[in-house]
This record gives sequence, structure tokens and C-alpha cells, in this order.
Amino acid sequence: MMSKGNKQTRAVNWPVTILLIAGCLTIFFPLYMAFIIAMKQPSEMTNNIAGALSFPQTWSLANFREAMQVTDFWNSLGNSLLITVVTVVISIILHGMAGYAIGRSMKQSKIYNIIYMFIVSGMFVPFAILMMPLVKQTAQMGIANRFGVILLYVVFYMPLNVMLYRGYLSNIPIAIEEAARVDGASTWKIYWTIIFPMMKPMHATVAVLTAMSTWNDVMTPLVIMSGTGKNTLPLAQLNFQTQFGTNYNLAFASYILALIPILLFYIVCQKQIINGVANGAVK
Amino acid sequence: MKGDRERKRTFMLITIPILALFICFNTLPLIKGFIYSFTNFKGYGSYDWVGARNYVDLFTDGRVGRSYLFTFKYAIVGTILTNVISLVIALGLNSKIKGKSVLRGIYFIPNVLGGLVIGYIFSFFFTYILPVVGQSLGIEALSSSMLSSTSQAWIAIVIVGCWQAIAMNTIIYISGLQTVPEDIYEAGAIDGVTGWRKFKDLTFPLIIPFFGINMVLSMKNFLMVFDQVMALTKGGPAQSTESISYLIYNNGMSGGQFGFQSANAFLFFVTIVVISVVQMTITNKKEEQL
Repeated sequence: MMSKGNKQTRAVNWPVTILLIAGCLTIFFPLYMAFIIAMKQPSEMTNNIAGALSFPQTWSLANFREAMQVTDFWNSLGNSLLITVVTVVISIILHGMAGYAIGRSMKQSKIYNIIYMFIVSGMFVPFAILMMPLVKQTAQMGIANRFGVILLYVVFYMPLNVMLYRGYLSNIPIAIEEAARVDGASTWKIYWTIIFPMMKPMHATVAVLTAMSTWNDVMTPLVIMSGTGKNTLPLAQLNFQTQFGTNYNLAFASYILALIPILLFYIVCQKQIINGVANGAVK
Repeated sequence: MKGDRERKRTFMLITIPILALFICFNTLPLIKGFIYSFTNFKGYGSYDWVGARNYVDLFTDGRVGRSYLFTFKYAIVGTILTNVISLVIALGLNSKIKGKSVLRGIYFIPNVLGGLVIGYIFSFFFTYILPVVGQSLGIEALSSSMLSSTSQAWIAIVIVGCWQAIAMNTIIYISGLQTVPEDIYEAGAIDGVTGWRKFKDLTFPLIIPFFGINMVLSMKNFLMVFDQVMALTKGGPAQSTESISYLIYNNGMSGGQFGFQSANAFLFFVTIVVISVVQMTITNKKEEQL
């Protein structure tokens, strides 16, 4: 009985494999279409499917070069990178500390329980309700710019990240810290030398989740940074679309350019990203 | 214990500034929005208090009503489709297949791509590719662009929304399926449980917590839809695909309805909280029963 069962589980399920490979077409088709159109000239875009989907007569990167100029690609990319990297670094530092301070105090203190619930419930506040007051507030404070956007992201992702850190810490026994305390180490030092390094897997999860939400977000920079003349990568596509939306070859080159950085990042850190997302959602 | 006071003080010194930051950019604007919702503020100039007028008007305003109808239709259909399809894909990706990790990697790609750009790419597909396919196959319903039809545009947004959301839910279902111990299936196999009954009686009850997470997550995300609407239809045609977030953005930021849309936003906030709490209570109960 057992050996038969094992044999069954070891055999490759080919029908399912083939179906899943076929299913990949639904994922690759839109990307293929975008790439092919980006490679073509407007004159090649005849009014049938072949016009859009066949290979171009000559492979040329001219559209990409032009799109880079029109959307000021390198500046937008720089802004997106700056905002994402700074947000991730601050999130790991601040949210990690908050998760530690709050998480370790919750057993002894009611107030910290309330603070924890208060911050975590921020997860249910949709951006739509904060948007209008925040536009006014950031303008009054003189931070309707990249700095303000970073600050807002740090606040928006605080509920989830504090929850993740606190959850992870509840599995780290407090005895480790107590040993260090006997040796006379300060709480601050204990955090940075013992706890912070121990939370490494959670840092990865927080970094991945925060980075992906920040990188792809349109709404926050759209309403906060609209007066600065500075773009993030998605925002540049929005402005481009409004101005030159009918030149599809140029537009798709620009879209592909906007997708490449995150695709490269995904290919390099695929395992960490998938694990990070799964951890973040399940915990 | 020695150093207890130092420990408490350090925790306090960490917590207070972080809490202050949170209050300043989350709680404060929330309260401000709530206060504005009782005014006729246009976003500039002076304003008056109008009491609960905005809230009364919300329920008689046709445009607001339509945006709730669209958003809920979109969110419910999207959540169901996403969960069914991603569960099927997850079951497939969790079975004995060739190239498992590559396939898993591919099926996750849509999740890392930005909603706006994906929306633009699909917009071309719906406008230029699909109608040609429809015409050549003689399918009347597909022969003109879905995006310009008031009865079909929402379906196009559902398709794009699902295309991205499925990736995320699949990964969560896979981590759920991996928690199901292999010997349960072996025991089931001895009893001759296979196929649909194996899924319904053995697998599904064990992954209900993950089903719960997915329902809450995808419902919440679908209800807040903005990027896809912005990219595909800008709320049209004839306001048939105006989501709540998009309406608040559009009329609140540039339409002179700051006060009124603040009331709308607050109602939206309460709606999301209620739905999330109800969903979580239901899934918790289901879990307890088992």
C-alpha cells in the first residue's frame, strides 16, 4: 500500500504541467504585445492583428531612445529609486524599533496594547480619505515634494510593518535579552547588537513589501508632488499618456522602460520576493 | 530587576516620536477629513458649516450611488473570480509537475508590475486587438471595443484587476497548501477519496485560514481600485466605471467638492472597516467550527 502511494506521488503529472505552461501565455501575451509594438514604427501598424503582433521589419531601439528623452527617463527613474530606497531604509529602522518597543511592552502595559491596536487599525484607512487633507497639510508644511512622499509612505506602511515585526519578535525568547542585561548592556545596545540582526528574515519581508508598494504607487506622488515638476516612473507614464498617448509605438517603448527595472529586480531577487510576500500576508 | 527603568524609558523614547509621526500623518488628516465633511469647502476660499447635509446628499446623489454600485460589482465579481482561478492555479502549481519553481516564478510576475502601466497595455489590447478577433470570429459582443461600451467597460477592468490580483492570491494559496500534511491524502486515498471530494472534504477545510486572508485582502484591494480605472477608462463611458476612489480624487481634488467628497470618503472608510470586520468574523467562525 505504502509503496504504491509513494510511486503515485512521484510520477510527474503531465496534463497539469502542460495546462500550466499554456496558462503562462496569458501572462506573456500582454508583455510580448507591448514589446513588439515598442520595436515597430507607426507605419508598420496596419489595422489588423498582424500589424500589431508580428515581428517588426527591422529591430530598432529608436523608440526607446526617443521615449527616454520625452519622459526624462533617467530623472524619473532616479526619483523612483530615491523614494523607494529611502522609504525602505527608514521603514526597517523605525518600524523595527517600534515593533520591538511596543511588542516587548505589551505584556506589562495596557497603554502599549492600546498603542499597538491604534497603529495597526491604520491599515483600514483608505488613502482616499487622507488624500485631500494631506495635500493641504503637506503644502502648509512645505513638504509637498519627494521628502513628503517618503514621510507619508513611512506612515502608511507602519501598521503592517509594525504588526510583522511584533509578530516575529513574539517568537524570539526574552531570555536572550535578559542574559545581555545581566552583563550590563543597555536596551538600545541590546536592540542593535542582538535583536536587529536576529530579525533579518523579517527585514527582508518588510523591504520587499514596502519596496513593491512604493515603487508601483501612483496616487501619493500624483496628489502630493504634482506641483514640483518632478516625476516618479509611473507618474511619468501618466503624464506621457495624457500628452502623447496616440503614438503607441513611442508609448509602449516608454511602458516597457517603466517595467524593466522592477522586472530585473524580480528576476534577481525572485525567491526573496515570493517568500516576502507570502510571509507578509500569512503572518 | 536592575535596569527595568532604563528599559521602560528607552521603549517610551522610541514609541513616542513614532506614534507622534503616525498621528500627525494618519490620525490628524483622518480627523480633518471628518471635520471637512460637515462643511461646503470647495478646496479653496471660505466655507460654511452645513451640518449633516453632505451625508444626506450622499444617499440621493446619483453619481455617488453609481460609483458604489460599480465599485461593489467590480469588487465582488473580482474577488470571486480571483479566488477561484488562483486556487485552481495554486492546486496545479502544488502538484507533481515539471519545472515547478520556474512556473511559480512566472505566475507571480503580474504582481510585481505596476497597475497603471499594465492598464495602458491592456487598454490597447481591448481597443485594437480584441475587436479584430471578435470581428473575424463573428462574435457580435466583442466586435467593438469593450472600453467604449457602458455595459462592458467594467468587465474589462475586472479582467485587468484579476490578471494582477491572481498572482498574489496564488502565492498565498500555495503557502496554505504546503501546510497540508501529506499523510492526510494517504489516509484519504485508503478510503478512496479522490478528485472533487478530496478537495472539498480534505484540502479546503485545512486551508480555510488562507482562504480568509485572500478574501479580506482581495476584497479590500478591489474596493480601493484606482490605477486600473485611471489607465483604462478614466471613469467612462458615461461614468459607468467611476470607482469610489476615483470619484473622490476627481471631484474632491479638482471638482470643487472637497467637503462633499470628504463625507463620501468617510462613508467609504466606514464601509471598508465594516466589510473587513464581517469577513474576518465569518472566517474565524468557520475556523473554530473545524
